[in-house]
Amino acid sequence: MTRTLWDSSVGKKTVMAVSGLIMLLYLVVHMIGNLKIFFGSGEFNHYAHWLRTMGEPFLHYEWALWIVRVVLVAAVVLHATSAYQLSRRDIRARPATYVHKKPRASYATRTMRWGGIILGLFIVWHILDLTTGTVHPGGFQSGHPYQNVIDTFSTWYGNTVYIAAVLALGLHVQHGFWSAAQTLGAGSATRDRALKTIANLLALVLTVGFISVPVAVMTGVVS
Amino acid sequence: MTDYTHYRTGAPVVDTKAPEGPVAERWDTRRFQAKLVNPANRRKHTVIVVGTGLAGGSAGATLAEQGYHVVQFCFQDSPRRAHSVAAQGGINAAKNYRNDGDSIHRLFYDTVKGGDFRARESNVHRLAQISVEIIDQCVAQGVPFAREYGGLLDNRSFGGVQVSRTFYARGQTGQQLLLGAYQALSRQIAAGNVELHARTEMLDLIVVDGKARGIVARDLVTGKIDTYFADAVVLASGGYGNVFYLSTNAMNSNATAVWRAHRRGAYFANPCFTQIHPTCIPRTGDHQSKLTLMSESLRNDGRIWVPKAKGDDRPADEIPEDERDYYLERIYPAFGNLVPRDIASRAAKNVCDEGRGVGPGGQGVYLDFAEAIQRMGRDKVEEKYGNLFDMYARITAENPYETPMRIYPAVHYTMGGLWVDYDLQTTIPGLFAIGEANFSDHGANRLGASALMQGLADGYFVLPSTINDYLARNPHHEAVDASHPVVEEAVADTEDRLNLLLSVNGDRTPDSFHREIGELMWEYCGMARTEDGLRTALDRIPRIREEFWRRIKVPGTGDEFNQSLEKANRIVDYLELAELMCLDALHRAESCGGHFREESQTPDGEAARRDEEFSYAAAWEFSGTGEAPVLHKEDLVFEYVHPTQRSYA
Amino acid sequence: MKLTLRVWRQKNADAPGAMSTYEVDGISQDMSFLEMLDTLNEELILAGDDPVAFDHDCREGICGACSLVINGDAHGPERTTTCQLHMRSFEDGDTIDIEPWRASAFPVVKDLVVDRSAFDRIIQAGGYISAPTGTAPEAHATPVPKPDADFAFEHAECIGCGACVAACPNGSAMLFTSAKINHLNVLPQGAPERETRVLDMVGQMDSEGFGGCTLTGECATACPKGIPLPSISAMNKEWLRATRKVRR
Repeated sequence: MTRTLWDSSVGKKTVMAVSGLIMLLYLVVHMIGNLKIFFGSGEFNHYAHWLRTMGEPFLHYEWALWIVRVVLVAAVVLHATSAYQLSRRDIRARPATYVHKKPRASYATRTMRWGGIILGLFIVWHILDLTTGTVHPGGFQSGHPYQNVIDTFSTWYGNTVYIAAVLALGLHVQHGFWSAAQTLGAGSATRDRALKTIANLLALVLTVGFISVPVAVMTGVVS
Repeated sequence: MTDYTHYRTGAPVVDTKAPEGPVAERWDTRRFQAKLVNPANRRKHTVIVVGTGLAGGSAGATLAEQGYHVVQFCFQDSPRRAHSVAAQGGINAAKNYRNDGDSIHRLFYDTVKGGDFRARESNVHRLAQISVEIIDQCVAQGVPFAREYGGLLDNRSFGGVQVSRTFYARGQTGQQLLLGAYQALSRQIAAGNVELHARTEMLDLIVVDGKARGIVARDLVTGKIDTYFADAVVLASGGYGNVFYLSTNAMNSNATAVWRAHRRGAYFANPCFTQIHPTCIPRTGDHQSKLTLMSESLRNDGRIWVPKAKGDDRPADEIPEDERDYYLERIYPAFGNLVPRDIASRAAKNVCDEGRGVGPGGQGVYLDFAEAIQRMGRDKVEEKYGNLFDMYARITAENPYETPMRIYPAVHYTMGGLWVDYDLQTTIPGLFAIGEANFSDHGANRLGASALMQGLADGYFVLPSTINDYLARNPHHEAVDASHPVVEEAVADTEDRLNLLLSVNGDRTPDSFHREIGELMWEYCGMARTEDGLRTALDRIPRIREEFWRRIKVPGTGDEFNQSLEKANRIVDYLELAELMCLDALHRAESCGGHFREESQTPDGEAARRDEEFSYAAAWEFSGTGEAPVLHKEDLVFEYVHPTQRSYA
Repeated sequence: MKLTLRVWRQKNADAPGAMSTYEVDGISQDMSFLEMLDTLNEELILAGDDPVAFDHDCREGICGACSLVINGDAHGPERTTTCQLHMRSFEDGDTIDIEPWRASAFPVVKDLVVDRSAFDRIIQAGGYISAPTGTAPEAHATPVPKPDADFAFEHAECIGCGACVAACPNGSAMLFTSAKINHLNVLPQGAPERETRVLDMVGQMDSEGFGGCTLTGECATACPKGIPLPSISAMNKEWLRATRKVRR
């Protein structure tokens, strides 16, 4: 069955859909967690610490977090690999373009590939910035995420990169969620409206939720 | 006057295969008498099938299922595009699901009567018997016939009958049945039992020692001319309505396969029996390349009328009810708008000739759904006929829900075709003709929804039973190859013809000749024919033919994809076939079904048959281009349905 | 009407192609698009040029032969087949671009003619119900609920023209393949081969070199027969079900 899945274009799309939905679920949780920044450094840092002690005493310190990280890395790798392979197939299937060109499909749909690449690059920067601190501006302090976030969003490029990525994310989710539903066979004429509404809502909530943090830092609501 | 009309009458042609005995038992008797081929031996036999429509597709699939090796051809890029796909209304079957008095015998009776007593009783009865099996077969294949809320099959009525026995899939019955046959054929292609050659057109028949042994065909992409050999050849290449240029046939439907077989010795029967369909969209101008049919099923609920007054050019909605003439309902109260096609067409021609036609040029009558929309509601009308209404709207830019449609008769189907016996074998042993390509079942007029029935009956059931007998009796054919003198001659003949077409380099296009011969045929050999007119046509055809070979211009070369060459080569055959059609129409000095001779009509203008002289099928033998053919008569015997003046009043 | 046509000309599969420009005059609003091309071809023949090759047959919108991309739209601006498109959809003086279907699974044969035999092979892979002649039970033995029959019919309407592939930026044949699978899989007669049908047809579709589906919806917009986009989702569901259930 694994072979059937991976060898077929429909199967590979299924892999993309499932891995995408896993990441989407994570993003919703991540976004809710981010909002805790509005309740002050104590609560935010406490929440960040809890992420490491999650599941104790059954699990050891940081085990739960690592499980999540492993699942996410697997999802990203599968999502990106299948996207890459499917895109190559798609481009091969249509080598010549029409002389008479017309704008096709919605913006969200057309930007899936570039949006995906942007998001991939963003994830790398985001981890180097706020998890490992490698490229963090102004002295990364492990265990003090509140201050780290404020540091990042106090730079112009930190805000620009972050906001651009979140907008790309919104577009990606808008088409991606609906598309995943179709791939998993949940689409139908009667359900189409509902699925599109959910996709739009998810995209909107995630975009607003994530962007609220840099905006709050910039406007001084969070400092 | 040319010598062509001085035909000779040869020995009668006799159907030696139809068994004696009660008509209802003949098919069983024949199947029992026919020799069988051992299943293990079948794969040693190759059968060529030309055409992939309802008849060819179903025959190819069934023969392959039986174990024969089938080599099949279609000129289209895919077998799914054969013109059966365009049949709209439905398929008849004597299932009597309506409990309205239908039976095999009634379908048999209706068909013989509808054909104006010019069809063979044994064949028609077999067709009626098989009709019920066809529906079972198609449902099993997944053909999505219209169903009622209880999940059972729905029926509707068609012209010329008073029961509801027509099964349908909205207005796309032909498409759905064809896809069923195409899918069955595809299954056999995948299994390696059928070798399919798409975009390959048969250009000649190979006859060795008096038996059909193969064909010459051209690969339409590369232009390569190849030969294919077999133990039997089946022609399922459709009708020849495109002789008329404007018809409801597909643009590429053609007569080449049957005409080339005729030239090689197969008799051509009743070529003048052509069906003019009453409900087509009228032509709009000289640019018109083909005519579009509006399904006869529309006559279930639509009412046909013209203004009572001549030259009344008010829009339809301004003509009050009492100034309209619902002429079919008036003249034929028992059948009303559902009279057979030949009668409806002629009635339309008559009212237009009287000057009461509507639309541009007065060449049209109204088909009005106002009453039906009032009675059933617009939604119901849309559900039943929506796709036809949409098609009409697209072509004419008029909304048929609001203004009545305009319709006019157009050439639609050819009842004539290669003469075949009860086994569907032509006069060349080993050459079979099925579907519209043969002449067998419809007499002088075909009832609506019977073409699909006949095509599938021939392909699924009749031919696969009868061809066994021929193959069993001819088990060990000597191998034939391209070096056989007969084959070399056939290939050279084909190549010469194509090369000649390419070399004339004249100043007229293939289409211009096609249009000319078509207009001539429509004028003189169309809905009404006279001796004078036919003689005029017979006088002009040889001259057009001579001009064709002097002035034709075919661009390009023969070893490439060349649609002009394909077209020109088909016209070569139309120019000969047209002549035979006119001669047949001239010799048959009676009116019957679709063949209306003005000299032979009843006082009230109905077709008058002359049974004492013409109760036969006319099978013509070819003697050379432009040379008088030989007429062989097959007497028709009516034991069960006694010829009477058809009455639909 | 007077029109400028820019037409893709390509001598054969191996030759390079390019757009050529032609002027046509005296075009009537009532002509079909193909009759307009007929007019051009008549002029080309008389001028000693090679007429434009294009596939066409029934000219009633049902055989699926015609296949032109007109101004970037498969089958042109109306939702119908090229043969049912009429010149009243254009304005006097328009420039019209005419190109063949573009997809690597549909190689150009000549000018505007492409090879769509890949579609036939997809059907051969499983787009049928195995019911050899003579084996059929009485037609009324198995009633089919009307909604299922209607669903089957809606998908069976596909004419195999390939507009879905031509319109898809990925050259994907998902809509075509799903139409046949949905038609047959919803019927009780199609049930015994339900799993193998979808797996084999999707497999064949992939091996023909069609692209994957990114749900741009272009296929359903171009489909002259209105095969709906959700039919792709229904096929995906069948496929996933089959991967779990198949017994080979």
